[in-house]
Amino acid sequence: MTAQAIIQSLASGLLMGLLYGLIAVGLALIFGLMDVVNFAHGEFLMIAMYVSFFLFAFFAIDPLLSAPLVAAALFVFGAVVYLLIVRFAMRAKTNAGMVQIFSTFGLAIVMRGLAQFFFTPDYRSVPHSWLGGKTISVAGIFLPEPQLAGALVSILAFAGLYFFIHRTDFGRALEATREDPGAVALVGIDKNRVFALGWGLGAALVGLAGAIMASFFYIYPDVGASFALIAYVTVALGGFGSVFGAFAGGIIVGLVEATTALVLPPSLKSVGIYAVYLLVVFIRPRGLFGSM
Amino acid sequence: MDKNFAARRRRDLIIAAVLAALAALAPLVIKDVYVQNILILTLMYAALSQSWNILSGYCGQISLGHALYFGIGAYTTELLFTKFGVLPWFGMLGGGVIAALIAMVLGYPFFRLRGHYFVIATIVIAEIGLLLFQNWEWAGAAMGITIPVRGDSWLKFQFLRSKLPYFYFALVLCCVAWFVTWWLEDSKWGFWWRAVKDNPEAAESLGVVVFNSKMGAAAVSAFLVAIGGAFYAQFLAYIDPESVMGFQFSLLMALPAVLGGIGTLWGPVLGAAILIPMTELTRSYIGGSGRGVDLIVYGTLIVLISLALPQGLVSLFSRAKSKGATR
Repeated sequence: MTAQAIIQSLASGLLMGLLYGLIAVGLALIFGLMDVVNFAHGEFLMIAMYVSFFLFAFFAIDPLLSAPLVAAALFVFGAVVYLLIVRFAMRAKTNAGMVQIFSTFGLAIVMRGLAQFFFTPDYRSVPHSWLGGKTISVAGIFLPEPQLAGALVSILAFAGLYFFIHRTDFGRALEATREDPGAVALVGIDKNRVFALGWGLGAALVGLAGAIMASFFYIYPDVGASFALIAYVTVALGGFGSVFGAFAGGIIVGLVEATTALVLPPSLKSVGIYAVYLLVVFIRPRGLFGSM
Repeated sequence: MDKNFAARRRRDLIIAAVLAALAALAPLVIKDVYVQNILILTLMYAALSQSWNILSGYCGQISLGHALYFGIGAYTTELLFTKFGVLPWFGMLGGGVIAALIAMVLGYPFFRLRGHYFVIATIVIAEIGLLLFQNWEWAGAAMGITIPVRGDSWLKFQFLRSKLPYFYFALVLCCVAWFVTWWLEDSKWGFWWRAVKDNPEAAESLGVVVFNSKMGAAAVSAFLVAIGGAFYAQFLAYIDPESVMGFQFSLLMALPAVLGGIGTLWGPVLGAAILIPMTELTRSYIGGSGRGVDLIVYGTLIVLISLALPQGLVSLFSRAKSKGATR
């Protein structure tokens, strides 16, 4: 194994890792806000990929351009899911954790069924996007352009999210609600509205990831399932609720996956991620950047 | 209240005996193999869910990785049977013991994790197991193992002419899982588990009880689930990693208890009695098109029931009765 090959796979791992971070950050945001894990997160990603695909198929809009549109569509979708399902799941007095898990799990199953019903189980792909299939070579390291674009979008999205949370009124409301949902009502913040917007924002972020991924991944009803587990691991690795943790967790997961693939057969590349996750939570049960 | 409790427990036992007797007679009336098949699966999932409920319902440690133990039961039995000719009965017990040991070894690190960290750790460990078995050449890798035909007998736990022996085994397994739950519910363990579930901090102040009781729940739960896995492998006569260790099993085990009532004695039985026939029927009547209608129906029901009845269907019964109760 040459140094070249190692650097090459670490570079690919880093690009993939930034994308994992982008997929996971919405999950982290929602958890930090209201302590709920969205077990339909992978299906949100799947829907985003389909939306991007159809925007391409019907209107010839390149996934790179449609990303904001997809994010906007997912924003609405996320808010609706909160208002129709999660809001009620939050009301459960007994078995609250279980109700949240299974209502979002049920939603995931419905979404997969609907995707199969309307789009058939066939694999689809965006055949000729602007960046599709192109690579850049930097000092002998080949970087696929779609992944590179994904990494850039991911960094921008994280920067934007950071700015949003720390510099805007809504961001402050978000933080306040997260600190003390009871007290914010006293200053006239509608908790339900903040939560709905939080879900919208979380979904919009995964929408962004889905749009980017549509240009280099196959799109099919079950596509979300494989990414969902990685997203949970990414978030838990970084510490639930920590947006920065999701970013760092994504990078770690990408690098670990690439390193594992160098040592173990490709079919076992996820084992490295899972093993590192277990190792981290055994040492730090709250993840790397999670607070008590 | 104590008197009521004792009376209720006696009544539960009588109801269970009557139901078991009725179920044992069911094949006299039901001759259709397709229906018998559904009954076998219903009993099996009732047993699995009852076992899952011990750790996740009573003790409150939500596991979505019990497919690991199911798969270990199936694989231990079939590897011993096909590679060394060991009778499935021994393999079954061996699988149960191995699963219980693994559950306890995993318990050391896992039981330090709270809430979602625990849930995700259980999913992850089952996924690792799945990937390892898919890459383990000696165990048939992703191709799995076809169980050779060695005859039609209880000794070999293989039945070719009729499905009825499988039915009776599943019924016994279901009764055992129910009885173990019934027995533990009123034992020292049962009280510890409820204390751990309701308020881990308060229970913690009682010392080692918390950790040990979680370990006990994990071991019993994993053992029984592995027996179910061994049964399923013999029943299907073919196993591969995805079909005995896939995530869907972890979910299918949890759902009857969730729908029927988490942490209740009758929840898993009631949930399985409704959910499994429904799943099988929707699958064969509207799922055949491959268009996912069964998933839509199934998922919608899960969402509706978990939102409308967070305590499960069992709560419908107790609510009606609690009008007259003094508590």
